[in-house]
Amino acid sequence: MTLVEKILAAHCGKKELSPGDLINVRVDLVLANDITAPISIKEFQKIGVDKVFDPQKVVMVPDHFVPNKDIASAEQAKMMREFALSQGLVYFEVGEMGIEHVILPEKGLVLPGDVVIGADSHTCTYGALGAFATGMGSTDIAAAMATGDIWMKVPPTIKFIFHGKMSKWVGGKDLILYTIGDIGVDGALYSAMEFTGDAIADLTMDDRLTMANMAIEAGGKAGIFCVDDKIEDYVKSRAIRPYNIYKPDPNTQYAQVIEYDASTIEPQVAFPHLPSNTRPISQVGNVEIDQVVIGSCTNGRINDMIIAAKLLQKRRVKKNVRCIIIPGSQQVYLEALRNGLIEAFIEAGAVVSTPTCGPCLGGYMGILAAGERCVSTTNRNFVGRMGSTESEVYLAGPAVATASAIMGRIAGPEEIR
Amino acid sequence: MIIKGKVHKYGANINTDVIIPARYLNVSDPDELARHCMEDIDSEFLNRLEPGDIIMAETNFGCGSSREHAPLAIKAASVGCVIAKSFARIFYRNALNIGMPILECAEAVDGSDAGDILEVDLSTGKIINLTKKRTFAAKPFPDFMLKLIEAGGLIEYTRRRIKAGGPIS
Repeated sequence: MTLVEKILAAHCGKKELSPGDLINVRVDLVLANDITAPISIKEFQKIGVDKVFDPQKVVMVPDHFVPNKDIASAEQAKMMREFALSQGLVYFEVGEMGIEHVILPEKGLVLPGDVVIGADSHTCTYGALGAFATGMGSTDIAAAMATGDIWMKVPPTIKFIFHGKMSKWVGGKDLILYTIGDIGVDGALYSAMEFTGDAIADLTMDDRLTMANMAIEAGGKAGIFCVDDKIEDYVKSRAIRPYNIYKPDPNTQYAQVIEYDASTIEPQVAFPHLPSNTRPISQVGNVEIDQVVIGSCTNGRINDMIIAAKLLQKRRVKKNVRCIIIPGSQQVYLEALRNGLIEAFIEAGAVVSTPTCGPCLGGYMGILAAGERCVSTTNRNFVGRMGSTESEVYLAGPAVATASAIMGRIAGPEEIR
Repeated sequence: MIIKGKVHKYGANINTDVIIPARYLNVSDPDELARHCMEDIDSEFLNRLEPGDIIMAETNFGCGSSREHAPLAIKAASVGCVIAKSFARIFYRNALNIGMPILECAEAVDGSDAGDILEVDLSTGKIINLTKKRTFAAKPFPDFMLKLIEAGGLIEYTRRRIKAGGPIS
């Protein structure tokens, strides 16, 4: 069995599983946010139970439109808060909260071998910890909050092997954008994506979280990594409960095996209006920009902040370009502050925001007007994603985004002298 | 259940951001969401839409965010059903969970044009293009899914399951 099949089998009491099997799976964690929780709560209340199956296994994080952007979102945040507090759920108020997919791994709430479902498509981020994690809608989450289980179809697994050593400035974002550019936005539809190879072994945890995060952008049900020393080191000091490590069987049959030479992969940019519309930085040409966003559940972690600070140190954001930097959690923010990164950002002429999903989905904190262009470390560049339907979002990793902020056009980090 | 309506046709990768833009996600009332359904891809959609009409699209309909607001907006706008060559998986679950009929049928999509009148039988998956006088067969639902649909969606299905107190499966 593959890693995903092993984890799912252990959660539905079966010895063997094959792709396509319909199973009912016990879940270790159920997640919702300030946009999806209100519908989940309304649906939950129709089911006819008073309490969630286990309040310690239901997490609610206000992060999309919080700190509240307007009265309507304040009402949604309030509804979620009242439900979470009355049920005794795991809940993070402003001051503790961060972007859900940044704080759950950080706080040891998601662990290897877990099955996690969340009413947010980027729940697949937790595959970086060797968990099976997938996004669902509010009604699925409502049912799982009541029963502690959920039906699903066992997905086929596509194995991606990244050989070789990555060039300087190439990170997890570039590998995943390159992959989506190759297979397309439905190239892994309904499938699990397992990432492996020499280049993957070299990646930091932050880079792996970025890769798993964007599995959904290829239509994937999950992105997953086998547990190695890096994952164990990451979870050891954080884990709030015991966990199990699963490994794929030797000689496992995969639905497909796709191999790349990571040493030839350049920093990538996804042009409007699909994440698969990628070009290597050398092929971008002259694209002038109005705004840069560095943050989100994709690239709002400390290593992303360090890369941005390295390039911005003693340099300036290009005159009349807005550079918005959003640490993904209070911990990332504090670490950046203590290490002088925030000072470097502000001195360079960037603005720094409290953690929020904000501009990524066109919520607030950096909405684009018609005709404006943004280079963003976020995950989607669909029409109107960050504001006007006539604006453009270019997706990139933190190195390209920061270099672009300095140059005022899409630029690679090698151009910064 | 028979649905009859005219076709509104779209391309591939119709994502949840264009079905219901995030700027409207500060509310979850379906009727409120319906007022902005498909706004960012087709600002005239709601003006042309008549109750029971059918959205048709190429592959990967509903990709992107997990927002259930997307099928909710389509359902509350009185769309009869969505027929696509394929659906993104979260949208597929969400639609069935809230009782929004959807069907996969590449042949029907290739064999129909915008404005054609279709008659769709959800229980058999039979799609008749009345304008072109052609019949197509959609992929039938697995038994498991039919049970869920018969119950009227996931919440009623779960309510019954809990009330029955039976084993989980």
